[in-house]
Amino acid sequence: MAINNEALQQQLINDLLMESFEGLDRFDRELLAMESGQSRPDTLNVIFRVIHTIKGTAGCIGLGKIEALAHTGESLLSLLRDDKIKPSPALIAALLEYSDALKAMMRCLEKNGQEGEDDYSALVEKLKTLQTEPAAPKPVVDSGWGLFEDEPTEPAPAVATIQAPAESPAPATPVVTEAAEPAVTNPAKPAVAEKPGVVAEKPGTPAAAPESAPRAAGSISESAIRVDVGQLDKLMNLVGELVLARNQIIQYLGKASEPMLLSAAQRLNLITTELQESVMKTRMQPIDNVWSKFPRIVRDVAHELGKRVKLIMEGQETELDRTIIEAIKDPLTHIIRNAVDHGIELPAARAAAGKPEEGLLILRAFHEGGQVNIEILDDGKGINLARVKQKAVEKNLLALDQAATISDREAMNLIFLPGFSTAEQVTNLSGRGVGMDVVKTNIEKIGGSVDLFSEAGQGTTLKIKIPLTLAIIPALIVTSGGGSERFAIPQVNLLELVRLEGEQVRKGIESLYGSPVYRLRGRLLPIIYLKQVLAGRQKSPVPVEFGPANDRLPGEGLGAENESVNIVVLQADGRQFGVVVEEINDTEEIVVKPLGKQLKGIACFAGATIMGDGQVALILDVLGLAQEARMISETRDRALTEKPEEPARRDERQTLLLFNAGENARLAIPLSTVARLEEFPLKTIERAGGQEVVQYRGQILPLIQVSQYLPQPGREPVRPDPVQVVVYSESGRSVGLVVSQINDIVHEVVTVRRESSRQGILGSAVIQDRVTDLLDVPKIIRAADPDFYREPKAGA
Amino acid sequence: MSQTKQYCTFYLHGLYFGVEVLAVQEVLRHQPMTRVPLASATVQGLINLRGQIVTAIDLRLRLELPPRAGGQLPMNVVIRHADGAVSLLVDEIGEVLEMADDGLERPPETIRGAARELIKGVYKLKERLLLILDTDKTVCLPAA
Repeated sequence: MAINNEALQQQLINDLLMESFEGLDRFDRELLAMESGQSRPDTLNVIFRVIHTIKGTAGCIGLGKIEALAHTGESLLSLLRDDKIKPSPALIAALLEYSDALKAMMRCLEKNGQEGEDDYSALVEKLKTLQTEPAAPKPVVDSGWGLFEDEPTEPAPAVATIQAPAESPAPATPVVTEAAEPAVTNPAKPAVAEKPGVVAEKPGTPAAAPESAPRAAGSISESAIRVDVGQLDKLMNLVGELVLARNQIIQYLGKASEPMLLSAAQRLNLITTELQESVMKTRMQPIDNVWSKFPRIVRDVAHELGKRVKLIMEGQETELDRTIIEAIKDPLTHIIRNAVDHGIELPAARAAAGKPEEGLLILRAFHEGGQVNIEILDDGKGINLARVKQKAVEKNLLALDQAATISDREAMNLIFLPGFSTAEQVTNLSGRGVGMDVVKTNIEKIGGSVDLFSEAGQGTTLKIKIPLTLAIIPALIVTSGGGSERFAIPQVNLLELVRLEGEQVRKGIESLYGSPVYRLRGRLLPIIYLKQVLAGRQKSPVPVEFGPANDRLPGEGLGAENESVNIVVLQADGRQFGVVVEEINDTEEIVVKPLGKQLKGIACFAGATIMGDGQVALILDVLGLAQEARMISETRDRALTEKPEEPARRDERQTLLLFNAGENARLAIPLSTVARLEEFPLKTIERAGGQEVVQYRGQILPLIQVSQYLPQPGREPVRPDPVQVVVYSESGRSVGLVVSQINDIVHEVVTVRRESSRQGILGSAVIQDRVTDLLDVPKIIRAADPDFYREPKAGA
Repeated sequence: MSQTKQYCTFYLHGLYFGVEVLAVQEVLRHQPMTRVPLASATVQGLINLRGQIVTAIDLRLRLELPPRAGGQLPMNVVIRHADGAVSLLVDEIGEVLEMADDGLERPPETIRGAARELIKGVYKLKERLLLILDTDKTVCLPAA
């Protein structure tokens, strides 16, 4: 039956597509539940109904290929549903493949309006074989089954539990009641009733008269309608306008005194706020819209790799703005794949590590502090930091000497560098080295952040924080450029505001090789001047204010004419910097509007907004601003040296190098006494004067085996190759302290808790919540080389 | 062959230009603008057009004509475009003319610079020439 009206046809196709994609996702989900033995009584009915609907609708609008394929699957499912065949792994795999095939056809249909030329005959064949394979002793005869009802005369109409279908005479009633409804609403149905027996014999023939086949009679109720997303976007825009108009009115209201007007404006204000919230809610979708695909992905990846993974999802109902859902889809998928591919070990390895063979992957979502938190936890092997460092060195992302000194946290962040992948083998699933950096960039693009935590052997946790919506954001309004130009800074990037007055203006901002810096609680904060950045250095006729040779304090340049300097402390890409602006105005909820493509090339601006007075203000893109000012190098290498620190008690902090030597677990020396960290291959170690030495920078460096001078010398039967050496320098002479492993560098407040009389140890302190011995280096050196501190003899 | 099109006309540095009426969303007096730092000089600023943010392009600069005299406020010809509206800043607005398609001649080969690319045709009117702009090309700025 041809439908002439093209628009109607398109509408029908759209409906079909929408229904089918949703339905097939449900189909996958239910199948997986069945596979893991968690099927509910109506599982089979659900999946049967999905396919049946597709078949019916496709047939109705003349999509023969889809209809035929759907039909084949339906026959198989009906056998399954009627307990004529039992679910087996092979069967489920085939059904998943079948669902993929249908999805592929739908996508093709969506794209070019055609069903596509792909050949699914192999799949059809497989499905057919599966139909005949099982021990289905009962000959399928003429029984005129209702669509969703079980054959009434059948003695054991068990539809349900897969684990024990034979023993459980599951009550047929729930199934029947649920299924009975469509039968009533579609009186034409008996005519189209499927006859699996007949179909099994000649599966190629399309079912007759499918036009009367019913639409999904599922749970689509009167309480929900489908709305075009474009319509919602338009609504959102209009509400944005309303918010702006409201802001304008409130601004003028300051002058008015008419009580009626005031109360009307008050009401307008309230209603607008409420309307804004409500409209925002209509755009909200549960995160499950993305997550629902994950069970399937996890299963596929795990199967392919021979792993066993249990996926637990918590907080599926957590709601997010539609645009954000779109934006996090790919990053999340990537993370999930990574977790299964790299994180969770093979069952044998897990058993060997004393963990259950089945790996655990937990997805968790919740609202907190106006943001959405998403956590992805696995109990896999965690991140091997040593390997991460090694890989980073191999890929030239990290210098060798840096590798020994960077902290665990920094090492962890290496994973987010472009071009990084630790996978032993590049699989077709993940590990192509285009992974985590893209994830991070994409999440940061929508104003979110990613944090990675991992413990070797215990698993990995990724924490993602993203804003609820992108359309209306809180922002700080600042002025620059003679007070006439206003800019909005998104609040997410804002850390704090600093105001320098009077004397501080001149002294506060110092010049470090021409780059202005400010000491923020003892930490150097790079400073940029918004005015200068936006003047554009190359194009600007204004001379560059602070060349390296220029001794003038920056404060004199811009702050002197004002009595004060305002610094907005911002954070982007893990780095903090200060932006000097002329004036800090207010925080406001702004409506983000995109810039025309003529302006897309300017990294400094994220968009524009309309202020209360109707003027346009630009929204600063903090990351872009930092890049424009060369604050963040493109490769992000400087982020490595950045350490998150609590500002408090900064001044008593010490920087310590942590390492172990022999069996002495944790040792520390002040980093200030360390000249360098080196690695020497074992074969370069020579002996001279009864002492181990190496040639080092044209000199002979004596080596001291630290563990020999400590309470527990340790055996060290096998010396590592290369050996780790801490080069210690004092008054022009150097000595190499041989240690087993360099662990970390920490900035900590060190309080020596316990004085020690043990040899070579100054005392103990708690560093990073663990007891650490502070090494008495001079004493050790004296013990090893009594001559070290003596004045070099003349002529020696 | 007697098809006609309507053109919205305007003046720029004494020259007479036209764009197809169908491409024009509206014509406005001078609007307050927000300057966009770091943008190419052709972009004069952003205009709030009833909540829609519109990029304003100085058509004199776009066509490599001398800049407008100080104190002379430009008018806006707002062009409908696939990526949102764009405003062309012009000196003065003319009338709407209906012209036959077959009167349109190719611009002379001797035109140089940006104009050569942007002017898609010329009508010979009695007292002057009417230069027809290709709006799509005009609103696409060369990469700065």
